[in-house]
Amino acid sequence: MRRFNLGYFIKEGFTSIFSHGLMSFAAVCMIVACLIIMGSFSLLAVNVDGMLSQLEEENEFLAFIDEDYTESQISALMEQVRRLDNVGEVKYITRAQAKADYLKGHETEGLYVNLPDEVLRDRLSIHVVDLERFTETVEAVYALPGVVNYRAAGEVAEGFVAVRNAVTALAWVLIGILAAVSLFIISNTTRLAAFARREEIAIMKMCGATDGFVRWPFIVEGLILGLMGAIVAFFLQWAVYTAVSGALLKNGGSNLFTLMDFKLLWKRVLMIFLASGAAIGALGSGFAIRKFLQV
Amino acid sequence: MIRLIDVHKEYDNGTKALKGINLRIDDGEFAFLVGPSGSGKSTIIKLLTGEISASQGRVIVNGYNLNNIRRWQIPHMRRTLGIIFQDFRLIEKKTVQGNLEFAMRTVGASGREMRKRIPYVLDLVGLDSKGDAYPNEMSGGEQQRVAIARALVNNPKMIIADEPTGNLDPRRSLEIMTLLERINAMGTTMLVVTHERDLVNRFSKRVVAIKDGELIRDGQGGYYRA
Ligand SMILES: Nc1ncnc2c1ncn2[C@@H]1O[C@H](COP(=O)(O)OP(=O)(O)O)[C@@H](O)[C@H]1O
Ligand SMILES: [Mg+2]
Repeated sequence: MRRFNLGYFIKEGFTSIFSHGLMSFAAVCMIVACLIIMGSFSLLAVNVDGMLSQLEEENEFLAFIDEDYTESQISALMEQVRRLDNVGEVKYITRAQAKADYLKGHETEGLYVNLPDEVLRDRLSIHVVDLERFTETVEAVYALPGVVNYRAAGEVAEGFVAVRNAVTALAWVLIGILAAVSLFIISNTTRLAAFARREEIAIMKMCGATDGFVRWPFIVEGLILGLMGAIVAFFLQWAVYTAVSGALLKNGGSNLFTLMDFKLLWKRVLMIFLASGAAIGALGSGFAIRKFLQV
Repeated sequence: MIRLIDVHKEYDNGTKALKGINLRIDDGEFAFLVGPSGSGKSTIIKLLTGEISASQGRVIVNGYNLNNIRRWQIPHMRRTLGIIFQDFRLIEKKTVQGNLEFAMRTVGASGREMRKRIPYVLDLVGLDSKGDAYPNEMSGGEQQRVAIARALVNNPKMIIADEPTGNLDPRRSLEIMTLLERINAMGTTMLVVTHERDLVNRFSKRVVAIKDGELIRDGQGGYYRA
């Protein structure tokens, strides 16, 4: 081929899409569904990761002290804690101080009657030097006599990791299935298009068209379908994300479950959607056209 | 040019369509390939266009050895051929001009090349005023002229025609054959398959006759009797 006739390939691609509109529509819908599910799980994972790293920044945990301990016993305990490996600053907080701190944020809620026991205990606020050894340090402190309980965000973080791993696994399974279905639908769309034009293809081959020349319009068609799906999916994803994020803010209010602003994520989402849509479209049609290239 | 050396073709279902064909057609020649229906004429054409491959023997077309040609080379080999069929094989939803552009675009021709070449071949086949017509608005003879124009438009070395007059009345058939003769006179090698004896006998050309997959006669300017 002397020239790569891009305009021709694109025109042929579009013409073909509209000549079997229903199938094309189905293909776009499948891609949208695939991308939305992929996107939702990925966004969930990104947010869980975000919360995780936020939690990990709080390299501090609370050790609750036996209620029967006297002031001098507590001082001795603090000394013991300070001598432990990987422990930084240790602060003593009385139960009165703790309750006052807690109520400060919840004046309007009248929840103080139901405050859990631990909240009312005297506690030590302990800074950890090396985060990697967070759990190890917490356990060492907990092992000391006089420490009856602890609360560590790191624990919550560990729970999150489990949730994230489960979500990720489920997401990959779903993405795999949906990608396969999308590929199948795109392939069928292309097969239909190629079948409708089998005489033209035969004439092209007779005139000495290369495989590539015959294939390109169909690949372009698949690409266009994939990209259309990606763009529709992007706006839908945006709407869904904003809605979920708004609902969480209204109902929860707990800052642990606030979703990241979509403004921070949209570029990545759009790029991934476009790339995945294009890949599904091009692969699906490229695969389908192979058998029409014989002869 | 064509060289067939001891060519056999057995189809997948066991039909032995060709049984040791030897044939040599040089550049610039005009040859009729004749024989009764089912004798293997179309099988030879398909071997020459690379649509099927020989079970045994050698096939060489315009310098391409089709026995060991690479898949990617086949399009380039085909560009040296113009192929014409009994059923015209035009694209119904394109005009005459559109059909010719389609063929030229296939080999990557530019718009400028098309604007130069298409009027020339349309004039050559006597359709210079029919560029905007659609195939179904034309007679069979005219449609076959379009097909000839399409075969010529990429300037092939050789034209291969499989029963080009099979769908035409005797007068149109004669016109088409005369046109092919004229194109040959301008330098294009011509291989024309037909089983119309009377038509062949009106031209004083080389006649290659096959029967049941075997070459039974090959004579210059000879008459052909079934
Ligand atoms: N694709 C095929 N598969 C099996 N047999 C075939 C095929 N094409 C042609 N034949 C057989 O090969 C023989 C020669 O056919 P063909 O070359 O078409 O003859 P012609 O063109 O001279 O009428 C016939 O017996 C025909 O039935
Ligand atoms: Mg035949």
